[in-house]
Amino acid sequence: MARRFNTGYYISEGFHSIFTHGFMSFAAVCMTVACLLIMGSFSLVALNLEHMLGDLEAENELIAYVEEDYTEEQARALQSSLEAIPNVSNVTFMTRREALDAFLEGHEDNPLYNELPDETLRDRYHIHVDDIELMAKTWSAVESLEGVALVRGAMKVAQGFIMVRNIATGVAIALIAMLVLISLFIIANTIKLATFYRREEIAIMKMCGATNAFVRWPFVVEGMLLGLCGALVAFFLQWGLYEAVARVVVQGNGLSLVTMVSFTTMIRYILPAFCGAGLIIGVGGSLLAIRKFLQV
Amino acid sequence: MIRLIDVHKEYDNGTKALKGIDLRIDDGEFVFLVGPSGSGKSTVIKLITGEIAATEGKLMVNGYNLNNISGRQIPYMRRTLGIIFQDFRLIEKKTVYENLAFVMRAIGASPKELKRRIPYVLELVGLDEKAKQYPGQLSGGEQQRVAIARALVNNPSMIIADEPTGNLDPQRSLEIMMLLERINELGTTMLVVTHERALVNRFAKRVVAIEDGRIISDETGGYYNGETI
Ligand SMILES: Nc1ncnc2c1ncn2[C@@H]1O[C@H](COP(=O)(O)OP(=O)(O)OP(=O)(O)O)[C@@H](O)[C@H]1O
Ligand SMILES: [Mg+2]
Repeated sequence: MARRFNTGYYISEGFHSIFTHGFMSFAAVCMTVACLLIMGSFSLVALNLEHMLGDLEAENELIAYVEEDYTEEQARALQSSLEAIPNVSNVTFMTRREALDAFLEGHEDNPLYNELPDETLRDRYHIHVDDIELMAKTWSAVESLEGVALVRGAMKVAQGFIMVRNIATGVAIALIAMLVLISLFIIANTIKLATFYRREEIAIMKMCGATNAFVRWPFVVEGMLLGLCGALVAFFLQWGLYEAVARVVVQGNGLSLVTMVSFTTMIRYILPAFCGAGLIIGVGGSLLAIRKFLQV
Repeated sequence: MIRLIDVHKEYDNGTKALKGIDLRIDDGEFVFLVGPSGSGKSTVIKLITGEIAATEGKLMVNGYNLNNISGRQIPYMRRTLGIIFQDFRLIEKKTVYENLAFVMRAIGASPKELKRRIPYVLELVGLDEKAKQYPGQLSGGEQQRVAIARALVNNPSMIIADEPTGNLDPQRSLEIMMLLERINELGTTMLVVTHERALVNRFAKRVVAIEDGRIISDETGGYYNGETI
């Protein structure tokens, strides 16, 4: 007799099975959704923090103020020493006059500022760093340089971001691992229920010579469908959630200090990632469930 | 063809169900396997179908050597057998037709093969009118006919029936046995386990009697003197 790979049969059996124990299937899908949603949310937060960190790196700079009694010549001589410090990407010198001009810009009409002498501000260097995470080191290297009086910078902000990101990553990994396990367990139980519900049919099929693969496939398909279902629901929920958060962030943030990556540009990564994760959970769960009962 | 040579079976709990069985059934034969309750009849059947493995001895079933058969081959060995149980084991939520279609699909038959084969076997067992009914709507005798049709539908070379008439009244039992005899005449080897002396003695067939895990008599056209329930 012809042996064929009966895809249509496996899919219709898998589908049918989902509805015969609707509640368990529903629970399995919900768990997968929760798992993926949390996984997705953490990934997106991490991604956005990374993105902001990138912005910060571009903008973030140290300002090294030169000792007040240094002449401009002496001050300019520091440039090469500053450039030699590891992690320093570029160094720009600014005289006190230029600094004052920059400071007065926008305050031209204010008489208070009009008569400020050149000496009000100090000569300074604007220093950009390569890696914001090494900023503390760079900071102290600059500070310890002879002729540098004071270093200022937005290091606190940078460190805050790094800390938040690291915590988010740690929590995310732990949570995701836990949720993946729970989802696997629930899907495995759903499939186990399905096999229990169909134990008579399975026994009959095996008695009349169905291969293990034939018996197994509908359950794998069922797991796949559950995982995929969860993935799609999670994807759309994630999208809605992300847009809602983005709206709030944009509104409450006149300074546009925080910028968010737009969801639509990420869809081509997020959708496959969600589907892939859903499939892995679904197939993993069903394989877990049917592993042992097939040895008849 | 079935060949059992000095087969022993000891269950995990230490019960010695078979204590050296030698049995040969050739293609086309009709064999009754009789014996009191607990004598080991079902154990013989389960060994033949590969449901359990022998502790000792050689087993050949339709060209498959069960002593060194691989897990992958067992399904193909089973396709040479049609199995019938006392309790019918039909799927209640499938119609008669679907019950048969189900086991044909399970071995990869095409829809065309289903359409050709199912009406033929249903007619053979006299149930062509009941194809669309559910098992719950049929009498016990009719349900057992469905089970016989199901055992036949994949065209096995041998049918094994473990107390096929155990749940039926004498008249239905006789009808079922006559149906099995008819199927045997069409070329299918038949191994039938039964308790029912009166029934066995109505057919002049080979009777293998087993008691306490041993074959105590094996006579063609034989007569069964054992106890009945
Ligand atoms: N799975 C099992 N585990 C342990 N012992 C078993 C098992 N199955 C059967 N036995 C024992 O093996 C012996 C033979 O059992 P078997 O089912 O083959 O008898 P039988 O001839 O079919 O009886 P019956 O006519 O009542 O169906 C009995 O003593 C029984 O208790
Ligand atoms: Mg028995």
